[in-house]
Amino acid sequence: MTSTDWPLWEVFVRSRRGLSHTHAGSLHAPDAEMALRNARDLYTRRSEGVSIWVVPSASITASSPDEKDPFFEPAADKPYRHPTFYDIPEGVRHL
Amino acid sequence: MTTMAPDTGSYEAVFDAAVAADERIEPRDWMPDAYRASLVRQIAQHAHSEIIGMQPEANWITRAPSLRRKAILMAKVQDEAGHGLYLYSAAETLGTSRDELLDKLHSGRQKYSSIFNYPTLTWADVGAIGWLVDGAAITNQVPLCRCSYGPYARAMVRVCKEESFHQRQGYELLLTLSRGTEAQHAMAQDAVDRWWWPSLMMFGPPDGESAHSAQSMAWKIKRHSNDELRQRFVDICVPQAESLGLTLPDPDLRWNEERGHHDFGPIDWAEFHEVLRGNGPCNDQRITRRRQAHEDGAWVREAAAAYAGKHRDTQGEAGA
Amino acid sequence: MKQAPTPVPPAAGAVPTAAALALGDDALVLSHRLAEWAGNAPVLEEEVALTNIALDLLGQARFLLSLAGDEDELAYLREERAFRNVQLVEQPNGDFAHTIARQLFFSTYQELLFGQLAAGDGPFAPLAGKAVKEVAYHRDHAEHWTLRLGDGTEESHRRTQTALDALWRYTGELFEPVEGLEVDVTALRDGWLTLITKTVRQATLELPTGPQAGAWTAGAGRQGLHTEPFGRMLAEMQHLHRSHPGASW
Repeated sequence: MTSTDWPLWEVFVRSRRGLSHTHAGSLHAPDAEMALRNARDLYTRRSEGVSIWVVPSASITASSPDEKDPFFEPAADKPYRHPTFYDIPEGVRHL
Repeated sequence: MTTMAPDTGSYEAVFDAAVAADERIEPRDWMPDAYRASLVRQIAQHAHSEIIGMQPEANWITRAPSLRRKAILMAKVQDEAGHGLYLYSAAETLGTSRDELLDKLHSGRQKYSSIFNYPTLTWADVGAIGWLVDGAAITNQVPLCRCSYGPYARAMVRVCKEESFHQRQGYELLLTLSRGTEAQHAMAQDAVDRWWWPSLMMFGPPDGESAHSAQSMAWKIKRHSNDELRQRFVDICVPQAESLGLTLPDPDLRWNEERGHHDFGPIDWAEFHEVLRGNGPCNDQRITRRRQAHEDGAWVREAAAAYAGKHRDTQGEAGA
Repeated sequence: MKQAPTPVPPAAGAVPTAAALALGDDALVLSHRLAEWAGNAPVLEEEVALTNIALDLLGQARFLLSLAGDEDELAYLREERAFRNVQLVEQPNGDFAHTIARQLFFSTYQELLFGQLAAGDGPFAPLAGKAVKEVAYHRDHAEHWTLRLGDGTEESHRRTQTALDALWRYTGELFEPVEGLEVDVTALRDGWLTLITKTVRQATLELPTGPQAGAWTAGAGRQGLHTEPFGRMLAEMQHLHRSHPGASW
């Protein structure tokens, strides 16, 4: 029998121009074209979007929680990357 | 900004700490098997309820008495399909496919909310479902927007946002009937009489008898007890019924100054358990219809899968 | 957004009532048929898609009927013989292939018609301008499914060919002139046939060869002559409203 188990797709929606696409959820579709249409019908029926991406869930490579420390901890000890790290005298503007 | 795991801590300790700190558990995090199983059961039951719940209301789409009401009802039933999809999608993040869950629904191994085993006999039932059934559902669901499992909580945020229109349209529908002709008023009262008690049962058995409650509360996949939510719902409904000009079918319903809550009469749990066991007025009908739709659609799903197989090489140009 | 028709209605008296009824009834009846799928669609994603289309059509119907009178009086209190929709849209849903074939035939026609109306400056231009975008999506949906069903499995191919053949006889009526419409509807036929032929061939299906009209029914729907299933559809649709004369809902 033909597989009827349509693949899973992750849906990303740009809610308005100027914003990046944000993950909205997933759905099933037989192929990319139908996935895009299903996403439009499901995730933007209240005008929530101006642009949609669909990606086969199987194509996403994710960082693993086990690698959380090597991946993200090194960044956590570099507070000088954040503007709040710096003391600026009061009254100095546009900085 | 992240809570770091204690260096030597076990996975379980990290999990417990995250839940205790009201952080969200995400799909690829380690979680206890029982937590995963409980979530799948709860999310699946919830998703199934949305899908089966389409039936009693769709029953009136083709007979809706005005075009405005027809548009509203169609949009509402459509939302329910959408909510089912959001929830199945949340369940999939736990490694359980939608097909698997649908199989379990179709074969009776997973449940849906018993409320949908009651029939919609008149147009007013559409209003009563919106006001009472959706009202009870919202009372249950709003706290779940803060549930410990991220994808479920996010799905619930979306669902709750959309549900609020459902309850309002039901209330407005009943109000119009209540203030309409004598026959319409009677229709509205009859619907409320039939849906009130089953709605109270939607919160589940009393706390003492609820099988999964304590553990689910500890895991924060349930945030308030059944009785607590039921009381909250009753307190909300009483003044709303008054504004509707309709009465709630409970002679024992009265304000208790001391408790600061309404007292209400005993719930017929025997009926609840009978319906749960499969002896409700529509249990067979609902599942048969669902199974039928799924079977009738098999050739369509196969066709699309076959087409995708043949044209895999030409796909991709559509995306971007 | 979908429930409330937004285009500005033309001034009273400027509207050819017969045309508003014809187009409005097409949309009303097809919307009703599509809504019958609720809870029965082959896959959940399609529940949402079919309802979106049905809601678009209902929005169009409400706008158009309101141009001709009170939308509810017109929808619920007219007798079968007073409805002006083409017979194609009243045909029962059948299997999913029949529904898709009906969608393909009708939405392709509707897109061509609304495209022309939108380009003109007649009383229907504001509505057509909005609706043509909706209808383009309906046509796209129908085309995508026609391809998948036609070029899917043996069974889906057979079912879809059967559906095209069965509904073909209701397509000739689409091109009968509509009283009061500034567009030459008859002239839409060639463009329609080209588009349908392309999709049908691409779907590895055959263009039906039978007549595009029944022996005595050419243009009949527009003149109030309908097929048997339509009476039952109206009975169901109108029953509750008619049971409470004068009531508001």
